[in-house]
Formats: sequence, C-alpha cells, structure tokens
Amino acid sequence: MSVSDQITTPLPARATADRRDTNWKIVRRPSYGRWAVDALLAFVVVGLCWLSFTNPNFQWDVVGKYLFHPAVLNGLWTTVSLTTITMVLGVGIGILFAMMMLSHDRFLKSFAAAYIWLFRGTPLLVQLIFWFNISALYPQINIGIPGGPYLFSFSGNSITPFMAAVLGLALHEGAYMAEIVRGGVQAVGRGQSQAAIALGMTRLQAFGRITLPQALRIIVPATGNQVILMLKTTSLVSVIALPELLYSVQNIYARTFEIIPLLIVASVWYLFMCSLLSLVQYFLEKKLGKGH
Amino acid sequence: MSVPEAMVFAEGVTKSFGSIEVLKGVNMEVAKGQVVCLIGPSGSGKSTFLRCINNLETINSGWLSVDGELVGFRQEGNNLIELREKEVAARRAQIGMVFQHFNLFANKTAIKNVMEGPVAVRRMNKVDAKRLAETLLDKVGLKHKGDAYPSELSGGQQQRVAIARAMAMEPKLLLFDEPTSALDPELVGEVLEVMRELARGGMTMVVVTHEMAFARDVADIIFFMDGGVVVEAGPPSQILNAPQSPRLREFLSNVS
Ligand SMILES: Nc1ncnc2c1ncn2[C@@H]1O[C@H](COP(=O)(O)OP(=O)(O)O)[C@@H](O)[C@H]1O
Ligand SMILES: [Mg+2]
Repeated sequence: MSVSDQITTPLPARATADRRDTNWKIVRRPSYGRWAVDALLAFVVVGLCWLSFTNPNFQWDVVGKYLFHPAVLNGLWTTVSLTTITMVLGVGIGILFAMMMLSHDRFLKSFAAAYIWLFRGTPLLVQLIFWFNISALYPQINIGIPGGPYLFSFSGNSITPFMAAVLGLALHEGAYMAEIVRGGVQAVGRGQSQAAIALGMTRLQAFGRITLPQALRIIVPATGNQVILMLKTTSLVSVIALPELLYSVQNIYARTFEIIPLLIVASVWYLFMCSLLSLVQYFLEKKLGKGH
Repeated sequence: MSVPEAMVFAEGVTKSFGSIEVLKGVNMEVAKGQVVCLIGPSGSGKSTFLRCINNLETINSGWLSVDGELVGFRQEGNNLIELREKEVAARRAQIGMVFQHFNLFANKTAIKNVMEGPVAVRRMNKVDAKRLAETLLDKVGLKHKGDAYPSELSGGQQQRVAIARAMAMEPKLLLFDEPTSALDPELVGEVLEVMRELARGGMTMVVVTHEMAFARDVADIIFFMDGGVVVEAGPPSQILNAPQSPRLREFLSNVS
C-alpha cells in the first residue's frame, strides 16, 4: 500500500485531496419517461387480461373441456407429423437444388433456378389446391421406359388429401430451403474450401469437412425458423379437408358453434409447440457458435 | 523433356480466363532445395502461375511438371490424359500452399487446423496427428496457442499456423502467395523468420513477395514477371543490383 502511494504520479494538490478523501457515490438520473411508458404498458396488459378472463364469451371452461379432446389431439398429431415429414423432404429437396445452383453446369443451374422461381412465385394455397386436383390434369400417372413396361403406375384419382398436402408443402418448402442452403454455403468464404483443396482434399471432402460445418451456422437457425413457420403453415391444408389441428377444431365448432374457445384451443397448442421448438433452436445455435 | 533435378519445370505455360490471356508463355525452373522468389507488378500473373503449379488452375498449353510428374495430366504416347480428381488431389497433397489471407479454417482451433490435413488426407490417427501438430506449432513459436481459434490470433500468428498446417503434409514443395502482404508491418518479421528457418532446413520454396530484403537474403533465384511472362531471372545480386530490362528497373524504383 505504502509503496503504491509513493509512486503515484503527483497531481495538483486539490485534485489529489478530493480523490483520496471522498467515498464517491454515483447518483443516477431518474428516468421518468421510461417509467411512464412502463406504467402505460402494464395498464394495457392488465386490462387486456382482465377483459379476456372476465368476458364470459371467451368460455374458458369450454377451452378446458376441448384442450385434450381426442379429436383435437389427433389433429395435433397430424400437424406434427405433417410438419416433420414436409420439413425432412423440404430440407432434402433444398440441399439438392442448392447443390444444383452452386454447380458449374449451366443446365443444372437453370433447372434449379426455374424450380425456385415457380414454387416461390405462386401462393402455397394455390399449389395445395392444385395438387389436390391433379387428377383433372393427369388421371393416370405412369413412370417407366417410353413404350416399355411401367415401373410405377399411379392413379391421379387416388391422391389423398394427405398426399396432396405433403406434396404441396414439401415442394414449396424445398424452394425456400434451397435458397437458405445456397446462402449459407456462399457465406463461407471461398478461401476456406480453397485451403482444404490445397491440402489435398477432394471437392466433396472439402465441402463435407470444412464448408458445410461452417455453413450450418447460418443454415440451422434459418431452418429452425422454417420449422416454426411450417408448423403454422400446415393449417392451410384445412382447405383440402385434411384434419390437422385447425381443421379438427373447425369440425367441432361447426357442430357446437363454440368458435372462439375452440380457436383458443388450437392457438394454445400452436403456441406450446412453437415454444418447444424455439427452445431446441436456442440450444442448437449455442452449440454451433464455436470459433466466431 | 523435364530436367531430372527440377522440382518445378515450366516451359511456354499459357493460361487464359475467357478471352483474356493471363500467362503468355512462362518459362521457369526451380531445382530441388532451391528458394525462388517471384516478383513483379500487380496483375502480372504471379498468383495465377503459382496456382497452376498445384493445379488449382489448369494450364491451356505448354509444359508444366512438378518433381518430374506432369501437372494435371498423364502422358500416354502423344496424348495427355486428364487425371481423375483423386489423382490430382493426391499430388496436391505433396505441395503445400500458404495464402495471402491465411485461410485458416475458422471453425477449428489452431491445433485442429494443423491436424486437418494429416487426418483427412494422410489418414493419420488423431493421436499421432496431434503430436505432429504440437511439434509444428512449437516450431513456428505457437506451442501455447494450440487451443485458440483463428479469430483469437493476430495476423502474424494466423500465418504461422497456416505455415504449420502446410508443413503437416510433409510437402516436397511449398508455395507462398504474398504471405506477408495482409499483415501489419510489425508482424511481418515473425512470419519471414519462420520462412527463413524453413529455407535453411532445405525446403524447396516458391515465394511470391514484395519483400525485397527477404528476396535478397533468402532467394537463390529471383524471377521477375510482367505481362504474363518471365522477363528476367537470376541471382538476387544480379536482379536487384544490375537489372537489365527497363521494366524491371522501373519496377524496382517503384517498390524500393
Ligand atoms: N479466376 C479468374 N478469372 C478471371 N480473371 C482472373 C482470375 N484470376 C486472375 N485473373 C486475372 O488475371 C490477371 C493476373 O492476376 P494474378 O495472377 O492474380 O496477378 P498477380 O498475382 O501477379 O497480381 C489479373 O488481371 C486478374 O484480374
Ligand atoms: Mg497475386
């Protein structure tokens, strides 16, 4: 202590005295403006809660009654499986088309660009109704060698709402995922793959070991958003009478006319699933953040 | 055709990008154990030629061989048959490359950067690769920085890791493309010192550089490139003290 006292640079006498002898206390300026905004917001929130919980028309008892109703749970299951299947397919299609976009082959590039242009450029709702009515266009779908035997034969009339939904959602999702994957890969500097190739890796090795892991840092969070979006987008397939979560509650309120409480039931489940997914996303992103 | 002692042998090498001819007939010979420096104005084709040597670019015509083997092709009678990607990669593995902007793998620590080549390409087991990487990091003075990510290292440290990464492949030839051009002036020395050490150890090196003092000290031969050809070549004393061509004289007066 005494040593450090001795070697402090000499200051003007008054300044030194002030610093040494005072026990400084920081006085913050009160922020009245922020308190006012907070108070107003609190008032609005409490008011809204009050209005919704005291208004008998919300029929919270009906919400409770249907929250775990078998038909609702069935719808929830359909929503979850539809989301899973279409996202898996969508990611697969996305990777495939992203690779085509990134290739040096003009034809592959144009083909992928056309696909993305078409499926991003038309409303999903239109695409869903289109697939549902595909039999009008192709009553019979045969795949095989022209003139030879069919390897695969399929009647357009037998397309189910579920198949139409999967087809519509996955093809649409694939177009968006292709852009996400392409963006992620392109965000990794060319120097990275170049260095890997200079070490003696093949292009595929360099992609798998160096480029892709870094691209995932961008792709995974964006894909997480797509999953959350897809969970809610599946409600669109209610228009082709597929009993997912929304259509299931619609089915019920068509009979009971308890529209608002049943929409709340569906919303509670959507919110619950989205919160779960956000949590997963948070941990994945934390894990991928290494080195940046 | 190629000289048996030559590590790199180039004769009439041309390379075009689209309609622009960047290399217009490069002649060059680098003997085993030699250190050569490539100097010349920006855009003269130095990087392009360097990239041709390890087949990151494929030449359009001429003859280019490394250690007696044609780069990118196999000779059968009068035909030059393009090599498969795996064969090309196997030859690249024997040539190290150090880039201007280091290009360390951003998601891997320093030691993982150095281990990557041995593990992924030489199929070395991780324990041996780690031991090798530790030795090499020690050699470049970064023994204690093994667990640091590239973003946590200075430019000079990153470039030294990059040199260790190239050395981990035990290359017979090392290529440097302006290894100190992206560095703050006070960090240039530490990288050049590592390169001097490699040169003393007998490594064959082709170095594109603007560091004339380094070229003077270390190079056996300096090649001056301009407009896609080698204009003048010779020992440093001749090139730097008694330049023959007007272009080289002008270049030297600009960089001094
Ligand atoms: N991949 C490429 N595509 C088109 N032009 C290129 C490419 N690489 C280099 N060039 C051109 O070739 C010329 C020589 O470039 P470079 O070899 O990098 O010169 P240096 O390294 O001597 O500065 C420059 O005009 C550059 O624009
Ligand atoms: Mg260059």
